[in-house]
Amino acid sequence: MKLSFEKSRQGRFFPLLPELDVPERKISSALTRAGSPRLPEMSPPDISRHYSELARRTHGVNDGFYPLGSCTMKYNPKINDEMANLPGFTHIHPLQPEHTAQGCLEAMARAEGLLCEITGMDSMTFQPAAGAHGEFTGVLLIKAYHESRGDSARTKIIVPDSAHGTNPATATMTGFQVVNIPSDGSGCVTLDALREAVGPDTAGLMLTNPNTLGIFDRNILEITKIIHDAGGLCYYDGANLNAIMGVARPGDMGFDVMHLNLHKTFSTPHGGGGPGSGAVGCKSELARFLPSPHVSRRGDEFFFDAPSRSVGRVGAFYGNFLVVLRALTYLVTIGGDGVRDAARNAVLNANYMMKHLSGIYDVAYPGGCMHEFVLSLERLKREHGVSAMDVAKSLLDFGMHPPTMYFPMIVKEALMIEPTETESRETMDFAIAALRSIYERALEEPESLREAPIHTPIRRPDEVNAARHPKLRYNFD
Amino acid sequence: MAYYVPSTEDEQLEMMRAIGVSSWDDLYAGLPAGLLLEDLNIPAGLSEYGARVMMEGLASENRIFPSIFRGAGAYNHYIPSLVKQITSREEFVTSYTPYQAEISQGTLQSIFEFQTMMCELTGLDASNASIYDGASAAASAAAMCRARNRAVVLISEAANPRVISVVETYCYAAGAGVKKIPARDGVTDGESLAAMLDDSVACVYIEQPNYFGLIEDASELGRIAHSGGAKFVMGVNPIAAAVLRTPGECGADVAVGEAQPLGMPLSFGGPYLGFMTASSDMARHLPGRIVGETVDVDGKRAFVLTLQAREQHIRRERASSNICSNQALCALTASVYLTVMGPHGLRQVADHCFSKAHYAAEQISAVKGFELAHEGEFFHEFVTSCPMDSESLLRRLESRGILGGLPVDGGILWCVTEMNTREEIDELTAILREAVRG
Amino acid sequence: MNFPEDLKYTRTHEWVRALDKKTARVGITDYAQHELGDLVFVNLPEVGDEAIMGERIADVESVKAVSDIFSPVAGEVSAVNDEILDAPELVNSDPYGAWLFEVGEITEREEFMSAEDYEKYCEEGE
Repeated sequence: MKLSFEKSRQGRFFPLLPELDVPERKISSALTRAGSPRLPEMSPPDISRHYSELARRTHGVNDGFYPLGSCTMKYNPKINDEMANLPGFTHIHPLQPEHTAQGCLEAMARAEGLLCEITGMDSMTFQPAAGAHGEFTGVLLIKAYHESRGDSARTKIIVPDSAHGTNPATATMTGFQVVNIPSDGSGCVTLDALREAVGPDTAGLMLTNPNTLGIFDRNILEITKIIHDAGGLCYYDGANLNAIMGVARPGDMGFDVMHLNLHKTFSTPHGGGGPGSGAVGCKSELARFLPSPHVSRRGDEFFFDAPSRSVGRVGAFYGNFLVVLRALTYLVTIGGDGVRDAARNAVLNANYMMKHLSGIYDVAYPGGCMHEFVLSLERLKREHGVSAMDVAKSLLDFGMHPPTMYFPMIVKEALMIEPTETESRETMDFAIAALRSIYERALEEPESLREAPIHTPIRRPDEVNAARHPKLRYNFD
Repeated sequence: MAYYVPSTEDEQLEMMRAIGVSSWDDLYAGLPAGLLLEDLNIPAGLSEYGARVMMEGLASENRIFPSIFRGAGAYNHYIPSLVKQITSREEFVTSYTPYQAEISQGTLQSIFEFQTMMCELTGLDASNASIYDGASAAASAAAMCRARNRAVVLISEAANPRVISVVETYCYAAGAGVKKIPARDGVTDGESLAAMLDDSVACVYIEQPNYFGLIEDASELGRIAHSGGAKFVMGVNPIAAAVLRTPGECGADVAVGEAQPLGMPLSFGGPYLGFMTASSDMARHLPGRIVGETVDVDGKRAFVLTLQAREQHIRRERASSNICSNQALCALTASVYLTVMGPHGLRQVADHCFSKAHYAAEQISAVKGFELAHEGEFFHEFVTSCPMDSESLLRRLESRGILGGLPVDGGILWCVTEMNTREEIDELTAILREAVRG
Repeated sequence: MNFPEDLKYTRTHEWVRALDKKTARVGITDYAQHELGDLVFVNLPEVGDEAIMGERIADVESVKAVSDIFSPVAGEVSAVNDEILDAPELVNSDPYGAWLFEVGEITEREEFMSAEDYEKYCEEGE
């Protein structure tokens, strides 16, 4: 379809502002740019249609099943959006005096209280704007903690090879060296490898539990003990918290600091890739290092204060505040039981799908799973030349979003499926049937799968050409 | 039935039977028993209605100011109705990062259009798909300029202090140095900059307009930075960018900024939108998602996430940034805003800001004791002295429904946009006069 | 698959051509380019960089992967092949022509394989 720039017609303009009511002042031409930016010139109806057309070419959670593993694509309740858009929140300047923004501060304090209870942490900041931003912030707390003790020898962060790519990247950004340790067949930490890796140079460990194979690491208490005994701290990557919220808490497993993805676990929408919220919680020993400012309470009054040894700011203001409001709305709507029920049903749904698919595809780690599981299509690829990519692309023609592909890297031809608790049994049965029919076609006419998808707005794009000869903007030629 | 869970109790039991468990506890049999929570100390759900009452109650605890003369990094601009309507569409709101290009062309194309618009605003060649906010964009720009032997960041003292603070945090993380370039008469001092440059300096960061609203001699500062072998990074206000010399024209290697003024409400500080553009030779160092144009197997135009081998999910510990989710819906907001405004509308907003700010500056500085603190040309913010305790003055304004300027060193930082009518400005001035009279 | 006789090979799938006693040209083998698939970018060292034997000196990117190139010799980078920056596809179409970099002032080198040994090594790896 055409770009807005290609629909532009010179001179189309509709006024949105009243006449200037003060004397006009011109900026000196010595300071001004040579030409105007070439923005589209379009009429309101054409703008509406342009974006409606783009919307039709976008698949959201509300367009169909979205079992994208590790992303927790659950339903985004409308009430959350409506509450976040109340003028009493959207019209508030971030630098308003605190006594004129008590509702905002109280909302943050309430969200902090509820989320600390769910995670077993003592304090929380909402400044990080996304999960990776939260990781950065959390690992900085670890850095500051060791420095405050004069312990400069702790230069290494341990990361299992099944981890999300953000974990090792975070460790590098915060000035640590990464020690990768192998996981076992179920993606769990190999205790012997961990014992061998720790020492006086261990700053900490970054871990997701349940791990990226959807397995809860049963040795978790031993793992965090090994790290603590070596003098390190434990960081919990909250990407998979949806499996256990209300059931078990990272704080009770021995984790010292963690992030949450409010846009995954707490039902705030993903917005096509953001804004999210990567709230960071920590135990009281680390609270003095949290980013500044942090909401505190004195009697009935809420105010911002600066933690005594804060690592500084990680964002200009207080994070993606409206996203925090959505999560708060969700939590007070469903309450404590609702939180637990969400986790239980997420796990039940994943097990249900896994059970039915395990008779068709190879499950990377058979047995029970948590909120997600991983299929390995290695055999299908070897025997029939049909890859995980081919199966994923075939699902598009069924009107559903495919699972996460080729992750975790320790599983060959991986498809990672996370149904979430908000999907009905009918939807899951439909997806199971689709995957079954694709499998049958893989045996009979594998070449047809390599052609998929057929019925989507575009078919498979040439990604090689895109990367070899990058065309990253419209050129107006 | 639990909230937002469609399965009925019967269905849950059937599914449990299908997978061979008989209770919820069985599902969690893999967890060490000691970890299972007895009780979660969270009140029962309030229901949708109850949640609404509670949230509306919180919202009512905030004070909405009908008249705002405060900026300092968050700006009160008009948001056209189309912007809100289009960006509330469920498809845009509820999708994830466009990993599956075939069913994500809408998101991808909107990002491609956003990238193009950011390049147009800044006069540079390549843009990423967004970053968290303007401050973290500045910090990321500093990181992308670091080379083997050059790690130090020089940042103008006339930059927004919150941006400086975030850059310092990121540099602390990376073990890289930050030094502040002194300001003279409210603008970055070129002579001091020249003296600070050596072969350890990775980049020089200045803002246009700067924190005090003043327009910097960016071309000259860029020339000095380059003569010392450093990269030149400009943080720009996107409304001002519609009229001022572009970062590209000023020789910048990287431009960043806070795009909240492009259609995002104040929202107590977020979600906002960081943008980043770069010259073509720096394009591959941009962090985060980037969308490129290509064709599909039928030769049809297609957009995809590209240059992905830079990113954390492939490069892991050797990635230059860990960013994954960004502010995509905010980037969509900015591009809808810029499409609705068009070049004329955006220019009009900038002109109104400029004219009204100058009118306000004249009126305010005519009040005894409120003198303009600096001589240089400004865009839509300016600093005046304040002849009395600024807090009591601001309280007086507050009682009349006005959010006054922000107290800063040497006085008050005022901001005037197209939202401030002449009447409001005159009323503000009248209250200042009253206050001076006592 | 092509294994030219006049080149030496490493276990990490680089080929090495001795230009003179102290200078060697390095690229990736036909086997390597085939395994990596369509290359989309090559990150090259800079002239003057120290080449440390056995350490990462460059990398090649495909759409969804990045692979390290290790220096088979110790010395100093004396030339890089700029042509492949704009046309990484040359590494796929002509792996032995599209070299990556040259190292001069060589002080040390790995034990290389002959074409015949390398071909066997690749077959065993399959």
